[in-house]
Amino acid sequence: MNQKGIGYVSKTPNFLIEGGIGMKGEPRELKIKVNGMLYELKVKPKALLSDVLRKDLKLTGTKRGCLESTCGVCTVILDGKAVRSCSILAVQANGHEITTIEGLAKGDKLHPIQEAFINHGAIECGFCIPGRVMMAKALLDENPNPTREEIRLAMQGVLCADSGYVKQIEAVEIAAERMRGGE
Amino acid sequence: MARKKQTKVKTPKAAVVLNEVVDSTLREKYSVIGKPIPRVDARAKVTGEAKYAADIEVADMLWGAIKRSPYAHGRILNIDTSKAERLPGVKAVITGKGFGGFKWGWSRETRDEEPLAVTKVRYLYEGVAAVAAIDEDIAEEACELIEVEYGPLPGVFDPFEAMKEGAPLVHDDRPGNICVEYHWDFGNVEKAFAESYLVREDIFQTPRMAKGYIEPPAIVAYWPDSTHLTVIPAKGSPYFPYRILSNCFQLPLSNVQIIQPFIGADFGGTKNDMVNGDFSAVMLAKKAGKPVKIVYSQFDELTTCLRRHPMWITIKTGVTKDGKLKAIQTKVISDGGAYTRMSPLSNFLTGVCMALPYKLPNFKTDVYCYFTNNPSSAAMRGHGIYHTRFAGDVQMDMIGEELGIDPVEMRLKNAIKNPEPGKMYETINKLTLATCGVEECVEKAAEAINWKENKKRERVKGDKAYGIGFACGTYLSGTKLSGHNACAAMVRICEDGSVNLMTGATDVGQGSDTVMCAIAAEVLGIGLKDIDIKRVDTAHTPVDPGTYGSRVTVLAGEATVNAAKDAKQQLLEVAAKEFGVKPEEIEIKDKKAFVKANPEMSIPWARLVRMACYTNPGMVIIGRGQSKRGISTYGLADFTTGTGDIGTNYSFTAQAQEVEVDLETGVVKCTDNSVIAHDCGFPINPPAVDTQVVGGAYHPGVGAALYCEFKMDKGLTLNPNLVDYKLPRAYEAPMTKVIHVITNDPFGPFGAKEASEGSTCTAAPAVINAIHDATGVWIKDLPAKPEKVFWALKEKREKEKK
Repeated sequence: MNQKGIGYVSKTPNFLIEGGIGMKGEPRELKIKVNGMLYELKVKPKALLSDVLRKDLKLTGTKRGCLESTCGVCTVILDGKAVRSCSILAVQANGHEITTIEGLAKGDKLHPIQEAFINHGAIECGFCIPGRVMMAKALLDENPNPTREEIRLAMQGVLCADSGYVKQIEAVEIAAERMRGGE
Repeated sequence: MARKKQTKVKTPKAAVVLNEVVDSTLREKYSVIGKPIPRVDARAKVTGEAKYAADIEVADMLWGAIKRSPYAHGRILNIDTSKAERLPGVKAVITGKGFGGFKWGWSRETRDEEPLAVTKVRYLYEGVAAVAAIDEDIAEEACELIEVEYGPLPGVFDPFEAMKEGAPLVHDDRPGNICVEYHWDFGNVEKAFAESYLVREDIFQTPRMAKGYIEPPAIVAYWPDSTHLTVIPAKGSPYFPYRILSNCFQLPLSNVQIIQPFIGADFGGTKNDMVNGDFSAVMLAKKAGKPVKIVYSQFDELTTCLRRHPMWITIKTGVTKDGKLKAIQTKVISDGGAYTRMSPLSNFLTGVCMALPYKLPNFKTDVYCYFTNNPSSAAMRGHGIYHTRFAGDVQMDMIGEELGIDPVEMRLKNAIKNPEPGKMYETINKLTLATCGVEECVEKAAEAINWKENKKRERVKGDKAYGIGFACGTYLSGTKLSGHNACAAMVRICEDGSVNLMTGATDVGQGSDTVMCAIAAEVLGIGLKDIDIKRVDTAHTPVDPGTYGSRVTVLAGEATVNAAKDAKQQLLEVAAKEFGVKPEEIEIKDKKAFVKANPEMSIPWARLVRMACYTNPGMVIIGRGQSKRGISTYGLADFTTGTGDIGTNYSFTAQAQEVEVDLETGVVKCTDNSVIAHDCGFPINPPAVDTQVVGGAYHPGVGAALYCEFKMDKGLTLNPNLVDYKLPRAYEAPMTKVIHVITNDPFGPFGAKEASEGSTCTAAPAVINAIHDATGVWIKDLPAKPEKVFWALKEKREKEKK
């Protein structure tokens, strides 16, 4: 990742490596609840939450995009708040509760947000969709009746390359209405 | 540039052979297509089940990482990998030498790139070595331990430096750093300029741009045994790596298996082509004897992968007094970057498509693409056409203003008319059109945005100014290049009546899997849910050129129609026997086969299939179909003369866009008052066309107009993240309206042409024209960032004071 000879560009958050909890640090214990299941793991201190979800728990629905908090496709819900799992150390999530896209449907029954995204044709390549749906869920859990501006503000956190946001914003509106109706 | 000698163009005769696959009576009776079709892959994507390349894990898998060059131009003097090899956990280390001198490129004549640089690096962060280790951290740490000695060389970082006499050469055997050039002359521009009422010359500039997809390149590679290779890459055109890896590792094609996962979008370029990581993963897997995965970061993508060509376009246009185009002459300079890649095609399209969508009787162009020590340039949505269409459509408004002709009127005067059914329109450089809806697109867009009223309104309100701009776009669909461009489909009817569809086409998010399923269901007379499409696996699916040149719906669609018809025919014969009639007397619809003359005589689909499969001797029903439109019988483009059909047919778009300009700060915003009228022939899945037009074309277009550009400093990308690059987010995304203009093209399946790539070309000129409508200033170099608009407004105010 870091290339010698280039002092002025740095992609990896170096403080994670050099700030005393480097990659050679001893593995630490991690207890987290993910999608209702309690996990006890040993993780590298520098391990990102997204890495632990994807590599250790094999929950690859949470995508790996930029690793620098710009794209938002790794968004998960931590204690009710949407967070970017690429920008949180796994050990910081110790003792907390996480929901990923895999934990959203109840068995075969999809969450209203998921259904709205399918039925409204809001999905293209789908790479941002898990992060976007989690972002929408965090929004609607906190604010069941958001304005279009508030939805835009939430959707602002997740980049999309090809669906143009329009149908996604409308899908969240549709889902919000259905959820208010008790679904 | 090696100019290709190609078959002389055969222009289709005036009498058009109407689409043999669909007759017009059937068109009225569609049961599946032409209405909203839910995407077949939406559920997998919304639940997180869909596996993209980076999500794939194989037992015993290693992680790979690339050692990259810190110089944009330099000789590689020595590479010492010994320290890296000794790091615990490292399983294999490779350098470019291990590839035995293999070079690859877009065509046979342009193979100028090594899998990893061997003697010389030509752009910053080019890969020179790679490591596979038991985890990602160790692989990266090992890369740091590889010691590379370089002899730095002076570089060239834009085409104007590159063309100077005595400039350093990017490729020692390419004098003048010329990557490719084209010179075409149609009609007589000099005479036409002399006869013109008004002649105007302007220079426009389009910047270096990122593709903007969120999924960076990723690959998993392994060797099931020493003669078979399996690769799971994030590629929109899996048959590119199929052929390239077969060459590179000297394997017969039969032993190269490319399995296509879900693809996180592709807008041309990188995901068609290869990156250092692709070759490295395969070589490391071979050396380590274990599967290897390499996942690029977005930083790797934005610093090393392919970009849109920056271009400098000088355009000279002559018009009659009433605004009709008499002649256009262009000179285009473009920055091709370090390697040839697809530059011959990009620059070809830049030149050749100037003759659309307006009637143009005389045209001359000179296109020069130069090598520089920047990352390579290549295809990006609206490939090549985007640049000159921007120049042409903005200059059209400049001319209209000088002549006092309204922008809508200018476009209607010049728009190519939709040819009468059965007739063809031929451009000056022999592009042929059976349908062209651009005139209707302009009319509908102008009406929807209420131009008649709005053009009279006051532009300035307080410190804001509002304006509306128009632009037209076009794009080829079903691209026809040289060589093997046929593609095929297979329809396998399972004994319970369910159906597998196998094509070589890749859905990168555009929704082609859904369209292919819908086409198969429509032809077979069954439901969408009865069809299961298989993603590409080169060991099993038929060959296909790939997802580029807007070719999938038109060509893979045609193959699917033919395969479904073949399978259906086999079933019709069984039913015919049962009813004692001829097969052509039977139809299948709504999962029922019936005698057309007597619909009472019918068999349900599932029973018919079972009958066919189980009745002695028992059939295995596999329908096969091929696309014929993409092959040379129907004419090919000639790269030497710049004539002939590069597309099977052509889509058209007109866009009307309102902007709000902050007169104090120069900040421009696109408002929700926006319309795109699009002629994609016939929308097989209308909502998918909408999302494509809005998301795959309009928003990237707004990004190109107002926000996105790579900032470079001597080969170094200064804004290699999507925040500083300013990829549009939800706030910068106006809620535009899409209008479908239906022209039913005879050359596409069910009348379809490509959807939305042409619309990529309209947003930038429409926005620039709208800024002018609002404020009176012209921004000729994209993007129209606040500081540019601010200075232009200031200059205008100062001029007005004098």
